[in-house]
Amino acid sequence: MGANHDHDPHTAAPAHGRALRLGIGGPVGSGKTALTAALCRTLRDEFDLAVVTNDIYTTEDADFLRRNAVLPDDRITAVRTGCCPHTAIRDDISANLDAVEALEERHPGLDLIIVESGGDNLTALFSQGLADRQIFVLDVAGGDDVPRKGGLGVAAADLLVINKTDLAPMVGSDLDMMARDSSRVRNGRPVAFTSLREQPGAPEVADWVRSVLHEARHDNSHTARNHDHAAAS
Amino acid sequence: MDARLLLLADSRLPAGGHAHSGGLEPAVTAGAVTDVAGLADFLRGRLATSGLVAAALAAAACAHAHTGDQAWERLDAEADARTPSPAQRQASRAQGRSLLRAARTTWPHPALEALATAVREPHHPIVLGVSAAAGNGTPHQAATITAYGAITGPASAAVRLLGLDPLAVHRTLADLASGVDRIATEAAAAPDDWAALPAPSAPILDLYAELHMSADLRHFES
Ligand SMILES: Nc1nc2c(ncn2[C@@H]2O[C@H](COP(=O)(O)OP(=O)(O)OP(=O)(O)O)[C@@H](O)[C@H]2O)c(=O)[nH]1
Ligand SMILES: [Mg+2]
Repeated sequence: MGANHDHDPHTAAPAHGRALRLGIGGPVGSGKTALTAALCRTLRDEFDLAVVTNDIYTTEDADFLRRNAVLPDDRITAVRTGCCPHTAIRDDISANLDAVEALEERHPGLDLIIVESGGDNLTALFSQGLADRQIFVLDVAGGDDVPRKGGLGVAAADLLVINKTDLAPMVGSDLDMMARDSSRVRNGRPVAFTSLREQPGAPEVADWVRSVLHEARHDNSHTARNHDHAAAS
Repeated sequence: MDARLLLLADSRLPAGGHAHSGGLEPAVTAGAVTDVAGLADFLRGRLATSGLVAAALAAAACAHAHTGDQAWERLDAEADARTPSPAQRQASRAQGRSLLRAARTTWPHPALEALATAVREPHHPIVLGVSAAAGNGTPHQAATITAYGAITGPASAAVRLLGLDPLAVHRTLADLASGVDRIATEAAAAPDDWAALPAPSAPILDLYAELHMSADLRHFES
């Protein structure tokens, strides 16, 4: 295990030779669906994609993605979370695994499945059994002290996205302070400042996803070759 | 009791139950349940109808798993026959599928593999019965766990949907515990002939389940 801890050997979700699962979490309204749509638009010609949304009350997020035709309808699945968005991505991932597996069955050869969490609090974190990598999305209007307050999402996500930078002057948020506070709790893990209003393609985040996908492919072939060695150590 | 069975009865078992309200949400939407007293009535009705049916199916599945026989398709069809609402069938199969995943990982057992091979998405009570067998449980214990789940699921959904006092709700569950035992005993004493298993129904709950599927706004799958 060690450095390879991100690839949790979960029997229900074999880590090798299947689509990479990317969780996108964060507080209500921070821009998770907007980011999901952006990533689909930017990456759909390069990779085989699908999306699972976790809706709190409606199928709003899935409907938004369908309406905007970021992917064909049968590549977007909505999961209902029984009043507990974090339970569905962390404590009991059954419904999301069902959705992910159904998508994989319907579209063999998927490269990437994005799972958008329902809007939640700062402690929400995707289970390793569901997501191989996760992005946590904050927005500048939610208060520039949020990174300082920390929380599992801010501290542990593989990528922290601080969105809606276009609003910073209007709400008086100090972006430099948000950058400093985030890097303090994130141990060198990356932070991206975005404005999906101004850059609807989210190029910086898309680049990060590309690098993760390439690295995962490399890891897979690498892990397969060294399997005996890894098992012995 | 084997502690493995406690895991099976525990609502923390990651088997998808948290996304289902056991028909409570549509009852709340219809205004039929608004307080703890209304919840108690709802639970009593559910226990005596779909609770008994599910418990009897689970007991039969548990007994069948212990024999090593493999007539799983036929038992699953008995569950279908006792679940007239398509929405409830779908909810039962979705939860069965999730529980099967959890059980195969948690308590590997040949009967779970046989069931998974025979039926793609078995009904929830069947999987529950086989899981109890995999945990070395008796049909009576399988029935108890199933009847218990038939009231605890909707009860916790009521706490979340209506903001009911969780202590008052647990008091209600404690009051219903002897009813759970009675239903479990009745379920486990059901005849070996599957066609003669209990089949009481609750038409209003079937109707609610159907209405729920077409509702625009809902927190729970069922
Ligand atoms: N000004 C501005 N608005 C944005 C930006 N990104 C998203 N929004 C808007 O913020 C609102 C919420 O965005 P969503 O993408 O729905 O947020 P979400 O995190 O998916 O929300 P929930 O799923 O409800 O938790 C929408 O009205 C978006 O158009 C941005 O960069 N700048
Ligand atoms: Mg959203």
